[in-house]
Amino acid sequence: MRDKLINLKINGKKYQITVKSNTLLLNLLRELGYTDPKYGCGIGECGACSVLLDGQLTLSCLTLAISCDNKEVITAAGLSEKDQLHPLAQSLIEHAAIQCGFCTPGMIIAGKSLLDKNPNPTEEDVRQYLRGNLCRCTGYAPIVEAVLDQARKSKS
Amino acid sequence: MNTNTKILPLEFEYYEPENLDEALELLSRFKERARIIAGGTDLLVKMKRELLKPEVLISLSRISNLKYIDEGEGSLRIGAGTPLSEIENNPTVERSYSALFEAVRSMAAPAIRNMGTIGGNLANASPACDTAPPLLVYGSSLKIKSKGNERVVPLEEFFLGPGITVLSPEELIAEIQISQSEPPKGSAFLKLGRVSADIAKINVAVYLKREGKRCSCCRIAFGSVAPTPLRIYQAEKMAEGEIFEEQVIKKVALECQKQIKPIDDVRSSKDYRVWVSAILAEEALKAAWLRSEGSL
Repeated sequence: MRDKLINLKINGKKYQITVKSNTLLLNLLRELGYTDPKYGCGIGECGACSVLLDGQLTLSCLTLAISCDNKEVITAAGLSEKDQLHPLAQSLIEHAAIQCGFCTPGMIIAGKSLLDKNPNPTEEDVRQYLRGNLCRCTGYAPIVEAVLDQARKSKS
Repeated sequence: MNTNTKILPLEFEYYEPENLDEALELLSRFKERARIIAGGTDLLVKMKRELLKPEVLISLSRISNLKYIDEGEGSLRIGAGTPLSEIENNPTVERSYSALFEAVRSMAAPAIRNMGTIGGNLANASPACDTAPPLLVYGSSLKIKSKGNERVVPLEEFFLGPGITVLSPEELIAEIQISQSEPPKGSAFLKLGRVSADIAKINVAVYLKREGKRCSCCRIAFGSVAPTPLRIYQAEKMAEGEIFEEQVIKKVALECQKQIKPIDDVRSSKDYRVWVSAILAEEALKAAWLRSEGSL
């Protein structure tokens, strides 16, 4: 089939939508107004398009929308509750770990995915886990510190 | 070359079979018009760049019985659709298949490892493929299936060139079969890239079996130094039966350097690859030996 009616849940909201076979999840998300995942490289090297797909850290620019039938997508914005930023997003702000902001949604998703798996990461763990998320502004140090600090805070 | 990686320019027919038989049926129907999509992390990049223009994609993502890691006595069977991250997180792989563990660990980044599969990594047949050197030194085989047919191919015979394998258009990799002898043995994988998430400039895996102070079996495989991942038999022979010490290790490493035939490309130069190959080989040989509880 060249298109298909899929059921998709995005940040808690249910969609029933017909997608073409060659529609990428990233482009579908952005067309629906979820513009926090970004198109960076398109080839799986920058992490700007990272989302959680059924809870798994996934690159939406290399995912076919048609393959997402009955799946759930969570973007960085979907981690916020009402007007309350996700604590990790808040931590990035507090550590001045955001400059141009382009990588930030991907960083938040990847950072959350790490903390879900490993609530007590070492600095090396954080650097290894975020190594697929490129940031051209900050030099990474404040981002790593923001994730570590969030891990410490959620422990206490 | 089309460099708009934002979209997939061409539509295709998309199938998502629920089981392997259905997938094989589709493959036999569409043959070279179809491509298998597993994680998509290599395939979709090639399709974005219009290097591949399949009319049909057959997804393996819903076939749950291609995703498993079964342990036997000194053996491991891995379903070809197993994501790399599941291999990385498997305690047996981490404990007993160090080279494979290190190779998967070194690949790309967590998101890609969640998506990409071990079968896909092999079928993509990149000369820089990271899972191939370890699987080569473990003497792995691939169970290859087509409609009504099944064959087992040693991994050494699988790769024919960059992106080219012995797979016919009707076949797919179903399983990776690995066996190892009893301890004392050790394996290691090393890789050089520009930054940690990069594709290898050069990679190497070593598997050693120890008998006292002697090395009774040595296998060495390099990636990114030839059109396909490569075993270095001449160097292996120089290690076997020898008391494993500094001099022998150096000799074996230098033989590796002599045997490889790398090229200049975007990731590195021929000269650099030749230069570091001996150093990488030496370090990997030592690491594998120490893991076999040999002393140096």
